Amino acid sequence: MRRLRKIIEKIVEGVLAMSAAITSITVLLIIIFLFDEGLSIFSKKPVDDDTVIAVNSSNPVSKLTGLQIKDIFDQKITNWKQIGGKNDSIKLFRLDEAGTTFTEQQMGSNFERLAICVDSYVVRTPGVLLYFSSKYIPKDFHGKRIEIANITPYSFLMGKQWFPTAQPVAQLGVLPLILGTLWVTLGAILFALPFGLATAIFMAEIANHKVRNYLKPVVELLAGIPSVVYGFFGLIVIVPAVQKIFNLPVGESGLAGSIVLGIMALPTIITISEDALRTTPRALKEASLALGASHWQTIRRVIVPYASSGITAAIILGIGRAIGETMAVLMVTGNAAVIPHSYFEPLRTIPATIAAELGEAAYGGLHFKALFALGCILFIMTFIINLIFEFIAKKKKY
Amino acid sequence: MKSFKLALAIVLSGIVSLGSHAQMKIKGSDTVLPLSQKEAEKYMIAHKGANVSVSGGGSGVGISALIDNNTDIAMSSRPLKMEEKMKLQEGGKTFKEVMVAKDALAVIVNNSNPVSKLTRQQLEDIYTGKVNNWKEVGGPDMKIIVYSRESSSGTYEFFKEHVMMKKNYASDVLAKPGTGDIVQSVAQTKGAIGYVGLAYVNKTVKPMSVSFDGKYFEKPSFKGAKTGTYPISRPLYYYYMTTKEKEVKPFIDYVLSKEGQKTVDEVGYVSIN
Repeated sequence: MRRLRKIIEKIVEGVLAMSAAITSITVLLIIIFLFDEGLSIFSKKPVDDDTVIAVNSSNPVSKLTGLQIKDIFDQKITNWKQIGGKNDSIKLFRLDEAGTTFTEQQMGSNFERLAICVDSYVVRTPGVLLYFSSKYIPKDFHGKRIEIANITPYSFLMGKQWFPTAQPVAQLGVLPLILGTLWVTLGAILFALPFGLATAIFMAEIANHKVRNYLKPVVELLAGIPSVVYGFFGLIVIVPAVQKIFNLPVGESGLAGSIVLGIMALPTIITISEDALRTTPRALKEASLALGASHWQTIRRVIVPYASSGITAAIILGIGRAIGETMAVLMVTGNAAVIPHSYFEPLRTIPATIAAELGEAAYGGLHFKALFALGCILFIMTFIINLIFEFIAKKKKY
Repeated sequence: MKSFKLALAIVLSGIVSLGSHAQMKIKGSDTVLPLSQKEAEKYMIAHKGANVSVSGGGSGVGISALIDNNTDIAMSSRPLKMEEKMKLQEGGKTFKEVMVAKDALAVIVNNSNPVSKLTRQQLEDIYTGKVNNWKEVGGPDMKIIVYSRESSSGTYEFFKEHVMMKKNYASDVLAKPGTGDIVQSVAQTKGAIGYVGLAYVNKTVKPMSVSFDGKYFEKPSFKGAKTGTYPISRPLYYYYMTTKEKEVKPFIDYVLSKEGQKTVDEVGYVSIN
């Protein structure tokens, strides 16, 4: 009997150890997967592998940045002179143009002569900018290929344009997204902190038992509302309100996002800082009152300072909640990928970008990898926040 | 025990093969997806024993599945690109294109906006950021708030190719994950402009008359999209290989039938005959 119990105990222990191991391995695998996919973007070019961008061999231009190519295709740059070439207008030549330039007879019914047509067109057109699949470029090509630089961590992190599906060169600059995320998170905390702290102090010190018993479940209920409901509430109520109050041209802005996120971070901030305030030893409070300090003075000079590390932890966990929030932000911030200059402008955050774009990004493609790299950045942000939290939580004892 | 397992295996493989047998796969454009789903549902009710499975993923995904022989019909909200045509015809194979319906995009503004018509060039200028005040297109002095879909949407690509002549959107364009969101935002933002499928237009927003030649303006309507006088409309296609004609023809005939086209109107697209 005793032996059997021992065996069962061993089995239970084994099962517990196994679950711990499986959990850790899962977490590790997710992180490895994330970084493996995300970091592989830096060895790639911002164009499809089989894309050729080329010019006439007499053209002095031999290098173009991704941004210049985008501007050429958007017809913001129309003359080679603007990018250091001769005074000649730029003639774009893509597969679509080939269909209208050459007759079917010239190309052949199975397009077997298309490569020759393309080559001859490039030779006889000095101002050409060719964008073609390498399959239809002959081996003895007479044009000059334009080299496009690899994506570097610097160009990725500091780039200001986010057009992941732009043709022929994808614009992958995540600076507006990083700044948008930080901006809206900061706003959320600035909004949530005074309200959260005030509510926590009220619940811990001022409210009587009855009020507190009523208030606590309400605050906890706030944490249980699905984020898409917050988003919907934000879009219908907060966005028009922001627009009206500040007389803005558009209500979808960093401010609306900050308010919605602030409301979402409130329960975290309130519960954790209330717990911290409650841990103030009775002796400290009573000593303060016995010295003649009023209730408010006790709160201000004794209780809040005593709980300050707990309150800081609450703020940091609140930031953690806000920074990774996806759905609500996607619905209220307007999602324009521009560097924010004020809270009254639309902005775009990292989680919203991933949620909105991952569905259609081709598996394993450049856009897909760029979104994983964004995931890595978000992971590093929250990781740092958690480290700070650990550090502060440890310091608490005194 | 052994014989039991064997029996189980046989039964299971029987179920699997029964399931895969005679199943027709349709894959592609998310725009065509709701239509195909509805058609497949009704088709399967009308034809006992027919088995049609429909999945989305985007026009490009559907066509590459057709190239790899992973689907019987590819749905597409755009005509084939030249490159895709080449791949489909590799090795002397042939395919067929069937237009099953049309979809029209309406450009919408806030009800309080006095501007009621825009040309294609003006729309291009607004969406590329060249024009950003309504007074430049004959309206009041008010900032234009430009709404678009997210870059993952087929509508985003269609508008870019068809109206903006392949130029990129301005970076400060507000991107919305859903069509309903755009209607909601345009309804509550005075200077807003957006584009949505014709079926989504309601009284809370004002549809614009548009012109591609700068002379003849037309308000979006199902009739205009059907006859082709309204310019921002696109055909929705089914593609299939001629070798599969026998399997897919009954379904396609059903979609093109009177009953099938009635479903097209119900789903909010424009029927073609």
